[in-house]
Amino acid sequence: MAGVYAVERPPSGFNFENCRRNKSLIEMGFQPPRAQKTGTTIVGALFKDFVVLGADTRATSDSIVADKNCDKIHYLAKNMYCCGAGTAADTVMTTDMIRSQLELHRMMTKRQPRVVTANRMLKQLLFRYHGQIGAALVLGGFDVDGPHLYTVAPHGSTDKSPYTTMGSGSLAAMSVLEQRWRPNLTEDEAKQLVRDAVAGGVFNDLGSGSHVDLCVIKKDKVDYMRPYDIANVKGVKQGKYVYPRGTTGVLTTRVIPLVVESEEVKKVSGEAMDTSA
Amino acid sequence: MSIMSYNGGGVVAMKGKNCVAIACDLRLGVSQYNTIATDFEKVFQFGPHLFCGLPGLATDTLTVKDKLRFRLNMYELKEDRKMSPQVFTSMLSNLLYERRFGPYFIEPVIAGLDPKTGEPYVASMDLIGCPEKPEDFVVSGTCGPQLYGMCEALYEPDQGPEDLFETISQALVNACDRDAISGWGGVVYIIEKDKITRKTLKTRMD
Repeated sequence: MAGVYAVERPPSGFNFENCRRNKSLIEMGFQPPRAQKTGTTIVGALFKDFVVLGADTRATSDSIVADKNCDKIHYLAKNMYCCGAGTAADTVMTTDMIRSQLELHRMMTKRQPRVVTANRMLKQLLFRYHGQIGAALVLGGFDVDGPHLYTVAPHGSTDKSPYTTMGSGSLAAMSVLEQRWRPNLTEDEAKQLVRDAVAGGVFNDLGSGSHVDLCVIKKDKVDYMRPYDIANVKGVKQGKYVYPRGTTGVLTTRVIPLVVESEEVKKVSGEAMDTSA
Repeated sequence: MSIMSYNGGGVVAMKGKNCVAIACDLRLGVSQYNTIATDFEKVFQFGPHLFCGLPGLATDTLTVKDKLRFRLNMYELKEDRKMSPQVFTSMLSNLLYERRFGPYFIEPVIAGLDPKTGEPYVASMDLIGCPEKPEDFVVSGTCGPQLYGMCEALYEPDQGPEDLFETISQALVNACDRDAISGWGGVVYIIEKDKITRKTLKTRMD
């Protein structure tokens, strides 16, 4: 099918049309709401021939737990994952954008993307916004040069380090890593170390909580364990509050039936994808 | 005062067995305590099995509803197929994140059935479009904290449409009773494969 030409495509990038209105609302004394934060303990640790990423699974908005089991280890490429801390939407959208750019890069170069490439893309994107995009990331992956681990701060600075942690629980997690990280740990020891570091955040930082997710990236294999460890087992609900049918007072009922009047199966031939609009 | 509580209101959605329910209150206020309408629905239908609730600042509720309708229509014209709840979620998420630095003051809730598999689906979002897709229920609006409490206590997995209606209605009604700027009537939609049931609730009017 041909593209629709009558409608102009909106420009890409951010849209600032509400900014003036929102500014005057703030001047009138209306507080803008806070966006969802990840709170977060995220951890990355580098070893001889693999890298381990770990994260908790709590999302908060102010002091309310908004999501008890959210996913903070984001997929970037087959050989690369990225943990996100900070403003939840920023970490999700930033990693989504870089993921699609990496895939295009992979198709163009016909090579597996390198971790340095992803690191450079992330830092250039974040630096462009001067820290306004609140994403603190831990990037881990395995490429032709072996395993790599990077930290990307919201302002766009990056570190390449053997073990790292970000988020509000980073102090608790770092204390575990500083004491126990060794370069030649086995995979099981490494997983236990990263679990313990994240658990340090889960139990000592109120912004982090629930379970521990883990991702081990090796030469040709990724082990994504979600959850790796259920650090907080929820108690079993003893009673049930099931209301008998008819408890709620109903004023009106309207049933809208969805009837299939006819069904038509269209055979689609191998036509090229429409990229016109 | 937060701009999110200028108009007041709340939305909740729950998964059942082969069905989902989405409900909202009907109050519209200005400057918090001045009620000006009691027929303001915050839940809109976007497809045979697709509903979306947009609580928050009422002007943005209506603006975003129209923008969504436009983008949905464009998608369905171009693609010649119905939009799945998953696609709808990322469309809305992108619409909100585009305005990352000047957001619409709404926190959406999405409920629907997958057009192919009939699988129940609920999702919610913060005002800049961070999606959240839990296994049980989602809440939003000024009575969000109260709804969290009610849903955590009342929710049971795999309920049929009749029982799901009672659960979601009681969660909404009792949450709204503890929020001064929500309530004044409620609407519940039960979405099943072959029909949609819309019920208006009898509630306190204070």
